[in-house]
Amino acid sequence: MTKIRTLYEKLWDSHVVAELPGGDSLLYIDRQILHEVSSPQAFVAMRDSGRQLRRPETHIAVADHAVPTRNRHGAIEDLQARAQVAELETNVAEFSVPYAALEGSEQGIVHVIGPETGFTLPGTTIVCGDSHTTTHGAFGALAFGIGASEQGTVMAAQVLPQARAKTMKVELVGQLAPHVDAKDIALALIARIGAHGAVGHAVEYAGPAVSAMSMAQRMTLCNMTIEAGSRIGIVAPDETTFAYLKGRRLAPDGARWDAAVTYWRTLASDAGATFDKTVTLDLAAIEPQVSWGTSPNQTLPIGAAVPDPATIADATVRRETEKALAYMGLTPGQKLEDVAIDHVFIGSCTNGRIEDLRAAAAVVRGRKVASGVKAIIVPGSAATRAAAEGEGLDRVFTDAGFEWRFAGCSMCVAMNDDRLAPGQRCASTSNRNFEGRQGAGGRTHLVSPAMAAAAAVTGHLADVRKLV
Amino acid sequence: MPAQPFTTVTGVAAAMREDNIDTDIIFPARFLLITARAGLGRYAFHDRRFAADGSEVPGYVLNAPAFGTPTVIVAGANFGSGSSREQAVWALLGLGTRAVISPSFGEIFQSNCLRNGIIPIVLPEAQVSALQHLAEQGATFTVDLETQELRVEGLQPVTFAIPAERRLALLNGWDETDQIINQYSAEIDSFEIRQRQTQPWLHAEEPA
Repeated sequence: MTKIRTLYEKLWDSHVVAELPGGDSLLYIDRQILHEVSSPQAFVAMRDSGRQLRRPETHIAVADHAVPTRNRHGAIEDLQARAQVAELETNVAEFSVPYAALEGSEQGIVHVIGPETGFTLPGTTIVCGDSHTTTHGAFGALAFGIGASEQGTVMAAQVLPQARAKTMKVELVGQLAPHVDAKDIALALIARIGAHGAVGHAVEYAGPAVSAMSMAQRMTLCNMTIEAGSRIGIVAPDETTFAYLKGRRLAPDGARWDAAVTYWRTLASDAGATFDKTVTLDLAAIEPQVSWGTSPNQTLPIGAAVPDPATIADATVRRETEKALAYMGLTPGQKLEDVAIDHVFIGSCTNGRIEDLRAAAAVVRGRKVASGVKAIIVPGSAATRAAAEGEGLDRVFTDAGFEWRFAGCSMCVAMNDDRLAPGQRCASTSNRNFEGRQGAGGRTHLVSPAMAAAAAVTGHLADVRKLV
Repeated sequence: MPAQPFTTVTGVAAAMREDNIDTDIIFPARFLLITARAGLGRYAFHDRRFAADGSEVPGYVLNAPAFGTPTVIVAGANFGSGSSREQAVWALLGLGTRAVISPSFGEIFQSNCLRNGIIPIVLPEAQVSALQHLAEQGATFTVDLETQELRVEGLQPVTFAIPAERRLALLNGWDETDQIINQYSAEIDSFEIRQRQTQPWLHAEEPA
């Protein structure tokens, strides 16, 4: 009889190259994605040691983090960013790494183009020098973020020593209410289990509600798993996954496709598989969420008020709350819906896909961005941007007063010129409300695309359900 | 690149009594445009150390002369969470820090530490809190990798855990990539041959 295993254990077992004496395993890495900001030092290490990539064809490189989003013509204005992109281009040429050019049709955020091109496949191990590599877990891949040194190891040897994680099942039951989305589920989950609630665990999202989700929703959910402290969030591949992948440029075709799907169908947790932890969320009870603090677990439903530290018994939580409120410039007891905003950012590897843009456009259509608010839409990829333009979404946004940008990480990481000034407040579809994340002194409220759109047209944090 | 060999370090510890000190706090993203890995110490905790006008923020632990270049940092839970940027680790190295003590770490940060000769030490919250108190008193901390002991003036030695092969690599300053290539190339070859049979779609098509 075969052993009853979780999906994580199956993915793990199928990639063990060797067991190491200290208890870690040497894990085979099928795919690596490289970007301009975290790869330079890994390439330097390759060059210094005279190594070649073991399998360059298992890599894909793209510039996304530091690139400008206002235009794609001519040289990049910022000299450091220009140098970084040039260095990436030199490196991919020297080491024969497939490259999605900045001006090309496949450029975009690493975690958006991986799935879009079919580079991301079920049953694979995928790494990238970016913590949101969890995103690819939506396809039933074992995907995790790594550092630059580890990137060098994967380039040279196609393996990484890894410690096996514990397992955590997040069971989603019930039906989401209208205008509540995957982002709200992710934020509600993190608020419940904490920003380090999943440390040391590989999270599997399961249950009927997950089966009903689109790939975009699954990606949003898996993407945010790192904000609960876990490097790995996975969903078992199913018909939705296969339908998404079929025909994509790098997905297998013909007999190879059929063989792959046959294998991929075995990638689910066996009935009776046990998890070290299980959390159940009733989706029907989830309301649109908004983060009020500087850690993603500092999140509440939009109808709530800013917490009052005076009423918090736990000294640590009280101190953290006081610190967050001081940074965020909020008053205890203030209604979240009364919080005025300066900026709106819709985009990122969390919420920069076509489905996200459609959800935002549905709210924006026929409305105007509130006066004094600067609102930008940054599609997750060139392909997403083109698809949105094909549907006329760009016009919906620009008619309302949004800026329609080129693809990149933009205000999610604030490495280019898209950033907040100190004290400015942003409703953002990105993934981190950390201090300074959107610019030194900037204040971030994490929301879904529909909620960001609602904030843009009202000028304050707003309940999208009251607008539609 | 080989890590600096690590045996024993001794020095002061900076107490950071705060949970969720993420890698954006340790190394703000805008400095990621720098591609060098040396000289990043000046950007460590930049926006905590310096106000917008460049002046030092009074009262911040790293701005106290005694704690400006701490050998050890004793932090709240989930230290190094968030972004995978290895620059956070290189910045700590630049600051002179060789060990961080916390109830829990961001996992990618923790791996990055071990690759660069910084020891992430996980201890229970109560113990971390006691160590923060001693750190604030200016106690001298010694991290001994050979014996896997943390020794602090006025305290019984504390044993800490570290994966065996990481410990060995750090003690000897071995490069992990070299080690893997030298020891496991045959296993990697046979894995690939096997996978080409079982999952051919992950490999280039054989010429007909």
